[in-house]
Amino acid sequence: MKTCLVVDDSKVIRKVARHILETLDFQVREAGDGREALDSCLATPPDVILLDWNMPVMSGMDFLRALKDSGLPQRPKVVFCTTENGMAYIRAAIEAGADEYVMKPFDRETLESKLQIVGVA
Amino acid sequence: MPGSAPIQGSAAAMNMIAALLEQRTGQQIAANRAWRIETALKPLIRERGLATLDELVAALVVSRTPELSEMVVDALLNQETSFFRDAAVLESIGDAAWEMQAEMPGRRLRLWSAGCSTGQEPLSLAMMFTERESKGQSPPEIIATDVSGAALARARAGRYSQFEIQRGLSVLRMISWFEGSGGEWVANPELVRKVQYRQHNLAGDGPPPGRFDIVLCRNVLLYFSAALRRKVLDTLAAAVRPGGLLVLGAGETVIGLSDHFVPSERFRGLYQAVDPGTPAHSTRLALR
Repeated sequence: MKTCLVVDDSKVIRKVARHILETLDFQVREAGDGREALDSCLATPPDVILLDWNMPVMSGMDFLRALKDSGLPQRPKVVFCTTENGMAYIRAAIEAGADEYVMKPFDRETLESKLQIVGVA
Repeated sequence: MPGSAPIQGSAAAMNMIAALLEQRTGQQIAANRAWRIETALKPLIRERGLATLDELVAALVVSRTPELSEMVVDALLNQETSFFRDAAVLESIGDAAWEMQAEMPGRRLRLWSAGCSTGQEPLSLAMMFTERESKGQSPPEIIATDVSGAALARARAGRYSQFEIQRGLSVLRMISWFEGSGGEWVANPELVRKVQYRQHNLAGDGPPPGRFDIVLCRNVLLYFSAALRRKVLDTLAAAVRPGGLLVLGAGETVIGLSDHFVPSERFRGLYQAVDPGTPAHSTRLALR
């Protein structure tokens, strides 16, 4: 069973994502900000991370940079999942190393499709 | 009040609507999916200021123009599609085209995307073949057809909702080929121009002119009766050149329905066009 870390400061989004991911046979972990997510990844790296952009303590972008610098031998796939839907944000995320990008709001088909594209579903 | 009244239809109204759809397009609505009629037509019923499905049927009967019946048929057609649906199959098509091109240098290949709905399949092909140009592969001519004028209008516009654009399309392809515009995503006109869209009814029309090297008719036959599947496969057989390929949906087959195609030994899941009078094994060798 693949593991997905859902990183979002919204409990509602985490709950919705968890529900969808569990129906896709993922084991789901949650983090409320980038700092919490980094600790979780360094302790036990997931297969894929669903990452919000704007969060308190540490943003998704800062988390992504910190993850790259962390020296993890096998970096998890990173799928941004955000309301920042402008082309500039999308390009910045890709340049920073994101593997895919989900624009909120999302549904089951979108999430499944993006997870297939990054090769974890 | 029409805005909140339930849209319930009598059995007679449901049967008339289902018969209209089958007569125009060949598509059947299974009894266990009859609920789709009410769901799909609810917006049209509201838009017309009507209250029930029976009132819509009455309007169809008295209407002297085909406009309303076309709107009903368009609303009922299943337009389920996505970018790069069954991506591995599309890659096989790209590889098959590469081999065909090597066998027939100098000739531009022709592809037909039959039942293209709102255009995601032909645009996916256009993206894939354009990307393969850098490896030396020549892009084929892509003809895309659908029975629905409304679906084709959307395909020609190349505009997709946020949900549609994210189904099957990688973010890299999305930012390479589309621009955000007012909550929608619009395909680069250069990409749209790589596809020739035409209205075509598989259930009643003959094949488009000329022979095709590869014909895609994915997830279309499953809505037809067995008799109509045979007829449509005859139409597709007339469209594919001998040795050319037919691509069906994952749950569809020619077995028991057509002698014009045999499973391709080279490309898994694809069918090769054969002359029914020719022993299949000798024709199969042609593409090896």
